[in-house]
Amino acid sequence: MNALEVRGLCKNFGALAVAQSIDLDLAPGARMGLIGPNGAGKTTLINLLTGMLTPDAGTIALNGEAIAGTKPEGRVQRGLVRTHQINTLLTEMNVRDNVAVAVAERDGVAWRMFRFGAQWRACLAEADERLREIGIDSVAGRRVSELPYGQQRLLEIAIALALKPRVLLLDEPAAGVPATESHIIHDVLDRLPKDIAILIIEHDMDVVFRFAREITVLVQGKILTRGIPSAIAANPEVRAVYLGRSVK
Amino acid sequence: MKPLGTPTLADDRVSPLWHAMPWLLALAFYFMGAGYHSLGTNILVYILLTLSLDLALGYAGIITLGHAAFFGFGAYTAALFALHVYSEPVTGLIVATVVTGIFAALTGMLILHTQGVTLLMLTLAISILLAEWANRAHGITGGEDGLRVTMGYVLGLFRFDLWGRVAYLYALAVLFVWFLAAWSIVHSPFGRSLDGIRQNPARMRAVGTPVWWRLVAIYAISGAMAGTAGALSAQTTRFVGLNTLHVLISGIAVVMLVLGGTKRLYGAFIGATIYVVVQDVAAKVNPFYWMFVIGGLLMATVMFLEGGLMEVLDIARRRFRQLFARSRA
Repeated sequence: MNALEVRGLCKNFGALAVAQSIDLDLAPGARMGLIGPNGAGKTTLINLLTGMLTPDAGTIALNGEAIAGTKPEGRVQRGLVRTHQINTLLTEMNVRDNVAVAVAERDGVAWRMFRFGAQWRACLAEADERLREIGIDSVAGRRVSELPYGQQRLLEIAIALALKPRVLLLDEPAAGVPATESHIIHDVLDRLPKDIAILIIEHDMDVVFRFAREITVLVQGKILTRGIPSAIAANPEVRAVYLGRSVK
Repeated sequence: MKPLGTPTLADDRVSPLWHAMPWLLALAFYFMGAGYHSLGTNILVYILLTLSLDLALGYAGIITLGHAAFFGFGAYTAALFALHVYSEPVTGLIVATVVTGIFAALTGMLILHTQGVTLLMLTLAISILLAEWANRAHGITGGEDGLRVTMGYVLGLFRFDLWGRVAYLYALAVLFVWFLAAWSIVHSPFGRSLDGIRQNPARMRAVGTPVWWRLVAIYAISGAMAGTAGALSAQTTRFVGLNTLHVLISGIAVVMLVLGGTKRLYGAFIGATIYVVVQDVAAKVNPFYWMFVIGGLLMATVMFLEGGLMEVLDIARRRFRQLFARSRA
């Protein structure tokens, strides 16, 4: 059974079709790259999958279960997790608490108002564990607003992993990270748990071609082609799109 | 010892003595404030109202000018309960708290999908509608005449005396219970998630937080607390009138909160005390222009003390620590 199965997903903003009958399958442990020029509809697709946008047509199934009518938070609880293109962290909290809040939510502890000491300490301990895995445990006590941008990107990934996702949607995880630090992101991506199905959107082709085992090319809300990275790299249509030729 | 995460309150790391201080002062006032116990009770009622606002506005970021609705709702519920059902104050207080909490939850469900100015206007509108209804429903609320209430003995043991001493202790005990609850709430995982919602609702949705439900929950708790404050006011003054539902009450609570400092819990203590004392003293000097003093204080606070008057205490505490460290060295 596929971890994520999308069939005939459509979305229009007035006359503008931003998703046109998109089909997508992610098997457990998949590593799929989603590429396309600016405005191709990549982030829109993630918003449709996570429930931030409502599709006009089509179905989305998570581990065989239809989730079209499920709210964004319900999809997260079922294991569909995303990171954001632009950091959306809790900047007034410290790094550890950013992760602990996610752990508390995942474990259903976040409703507790009284006698919460042991549970909250467990959340903090797990947060430390996640930060250690990503390699930013040394800044656990620092305010997020004080962190360099690269570490904030890593924290986004740590939070997503703390939610124990089955399907992880990474929206440009290396965006804004200086070239000198991008190897850290590469390294973290390489070490992501093998059982999670991952869809990565990234403009940095090095990242995508290094990480993905399959690539889907999206242009003007439509899937142009999909295949293994070497086939995509050699595809003249894909090259043409990236050089600015329109698709029929 | 490993730190327990980001302090939600700046006064997290203070010694137990600092925590005990406001309560010791309040108790000292009981013994030394002869003739002023009614004023003291009034302050405690306003502290509770401001504390309730801090939960909603300070911690959860719910912009509201509608807490007068809950204050008045609690006051009328307590009065009507005492008049028609049972006059024992604690029972009436619990009933008023629960009923107002339900009312707050229902109105919260209605309006908390909005935010910003829309939310502000909706809270205001609910408050105005309720006040107008109370004005029209003369048969139930007494309209402009209000309701005069005869209260029974507290727990069947203590009678509200003429000097307001029992009323003061009763209000102090109620405030203490609610303060403990509020303290626990803001430090709990629930409180952390509210802090997250205030900072970035989109982030919290992305980690699976049912943002709307959580806001409704804290709004209900905050409303219940404001309802308790209203009920205390009705029981200790033995009167409830339309003024308890007046929008001005909401405005006063916001001013008290900003004066004392938001997201501090103890800020409510300072803000409410300063406001009521200044009102009392300045109004004696000049009954027409006393608001000048409050206005000036408010301006100075928002311009120079971002964290409210609690920041002055923070500075004093830091100085005290430095002096203590120096004397030990």
